Amino acid sequence: MTLDADTILSVRDLKTWFVTHRMTAKAVDGVTFDLKRGETLAVVGESGSGKSVTSLSIMGLLSRPGAIAGGSILFRDRKERVHDLAAFGPKDFRKIRGREIAMIFQEPMTSLNPLYTVGDQIGEMIALHEPVSRSEARSRALEMLRLVEIPDAASRLDDYPHQMSGGMRQRVMIAMALACGPSLLIADEPTTALDVTIQAQILDLLRRLQEQFGMSILFITHNLGVVAEIAHNVVVMYGGRVVEQAPVNDLFAHQRHPYTKGLLACTPNATRDISPDGERQALYSIPGSVPPITALPPGCAFEPRCKFALKACREAPPPLVSAGVGFSRCIRSAEL
Amino acid sequence: MLRAALNRLFGMLVVMALVVTVVFVIVRVTPGDPAAVMLGPDASAEDIEQLREKLGLNGTILEQFANYVAGVLRADFGQSIFLGQPVTQALMDRAEPTFFLTIFSLLIATAIALPVGILSAYWRGSMFDQAATALAMFAASVPSFWLGLLFIQFFAVHLGWFATSGYGGPGTPLFERLHYLVLPAFALGLVSSALITRFTRASMLDVLNDDYVRTARSKGMGEWRVVLKHALKNALIPILTVIGLTAALLISGAVVTETVFGLPGVGNLVVSAVLRRDYPVIQGALLVIAGLYVLVNFGIDMLYLLIDPRVRY
Repeated sequence: MTLDADTILSVRDLKTWFVTHRMTAKAVDGVTFDLKRGETLAVVGESGSGKSVTSLSIMGLLSRPGAIAGGSILFRDRKERVHDLAAFGPKDFRKIRGREIAMIFQEPMTSLNPLYTVGDQIGEMIALHEPVSRSEARSRALEMLRLVEIPDAASRLDDYPHQMSGGMRQRVMIAMALACGPSLLIADEPTTALDVTIQAQILDLLRRLQEQFGMSILFITHNLGVVAEIAHNVVVMYGGRVVEQAPVNDLFAHQRHPYTKGLLACTPNATRDISPDGERQALYSIPGSVPPITALPPGCAFEPRCKFALKACREAPPPLVSAGVGFSRCIRSAEL
Repeated sequence: MLRAALNRLFGMLVVMALVVTVVFVIVRVTPGDPAAVMLGPDASAEDIEQLREKLGLNGTILEQFANYVAGVLRADFGQSIFLGQPVTQALMDRAEPTFFLTIFSLLIATAIALPVGILSAYWRGSMFDQAATALAMFAASVPSFWLGLLFIQFFAVHLGWFATSGYGGPGTPLFERLHYLVLPAFALGLVSSALITRFTRASMLDVLNDDYVRTARSKGMGEWRVVLKHALKNALIPILTVIGLTAALLISGAVVTETVFGLPGVGNLVVSAVLRRDYPVIQGALLVIAGLYVLVNFGIDMLYLLIDPRVRY
């Protein structure tokens, strides 16, 4: 289990399968990526691409019948010890979750417990991992609320989640996640349920907190606009596999996989989609739909929807190969 | 909180006023002269007149109502026709076994139902869950009097651990009196636990998949803390509702069990009063039971307020 000194998380050939007596759904099938200290890695993909299952695998939060079927998840804790989270049991995870790796979720409306005040819920996180008194936990919770820029924090400490807006609740989630100073934050579509203006504020906040605390962020999203805002590196997933991986600037400048090209063309863009005379261009959409994970084509998973597809694409799944400064799982990546 | 409590309290008073009115009307709409009906065909005219006076059936309907309400407000439900004592006294004398029987059966039912329901939901589909489901179905289908008879046969007659029936004579110490309640309380408690178990399981299943339960896990707390602190509290409202309903049912529904075990409780009193058409006793018991129902509901409403900050009345 070796890990570069500046790498905090290394997912290697991760396989997370949902096995029932009727079928096996390979939701994540051989995913590999590294996340460096203080960096943000965006994992991009549509629903069913395996991006959320990847994050739940790292946290050990898979629900039955999902289980890790192979590969490793190497994680470096604050004492520089390297753990393989893929081999962790429930007891081991309790020491890592919250303290070393924290997570925020898509739905701020439902991710907080409606029956406890936000102060209690943040304080609980601190009390779980550090020997603090009730009043210390409370004052630390207040400190965290101020840190995430909740106005008039002292008076909001005893508020219940339903008394707050979605944006405020997501701030509370962030305050709670960062309360014990984790070195890795997993953000699973944290802005998807929010209005665009609030979305920008939350992204701003995450960026600032990252500078302040130096934590790494694994950012799960389907929104390439958000990726451009926050990520240093990008992993694009399709059908449970990584199809392209590159630094953010290179990815936006030059996509080495047809799926990434398609995704980017699907993103609305005011300057491109409306011509100077006011004519609207039809928004591009990738033809077809994501195949169910239990019925992937034998070759490249994207082949049925790909306008660059060749006969060879149908025969065997293409390997992930170097392409430009990154990687692409396309046999024609050099031509793209 | 205080405002909500006052609101509910007002609602309670309205319900009780309605109950009092309905109970008053029932006797007045009985076909014929209730006094004559009660005394049977052989009664003399003087006897009937005397009973009419006793029942407060003389005077205009408004006068009758005023007298009746005044009595109820003083907890005076009149004089029992057959027991030769005030209805209030008759009820008080028989309140103790019914009260303790209700409390004990409810405690037993809850003590069984909560853990079994929670574990069933947590281990959904497991052997434990299936066994618990089967047992709950069985308990729900068994009449409590039959279970009572079975208990008497086995624990009282065969093993001799308990008395077969009764509540001890006058002057029996409290602890010994309570000993008489063990078998009936278990018979009632086991049967009532079935419904509470099913509700607990269903309600827990609902919340165990909620996002905040996943959030709780992601904070690094142990499973039992996740289940008992974060999930159970959210599941509690429907569970409390069904516990409250069970309590109310037990208050009025212990009649059969009291009869089987020969307990001199309110249920027994009501049964004999109905058989003898002792109207004042029936009316008094109706009011007391309705009052307890309303009180239990009020208690449950207050618990909602304590548990869920989103509840408003």
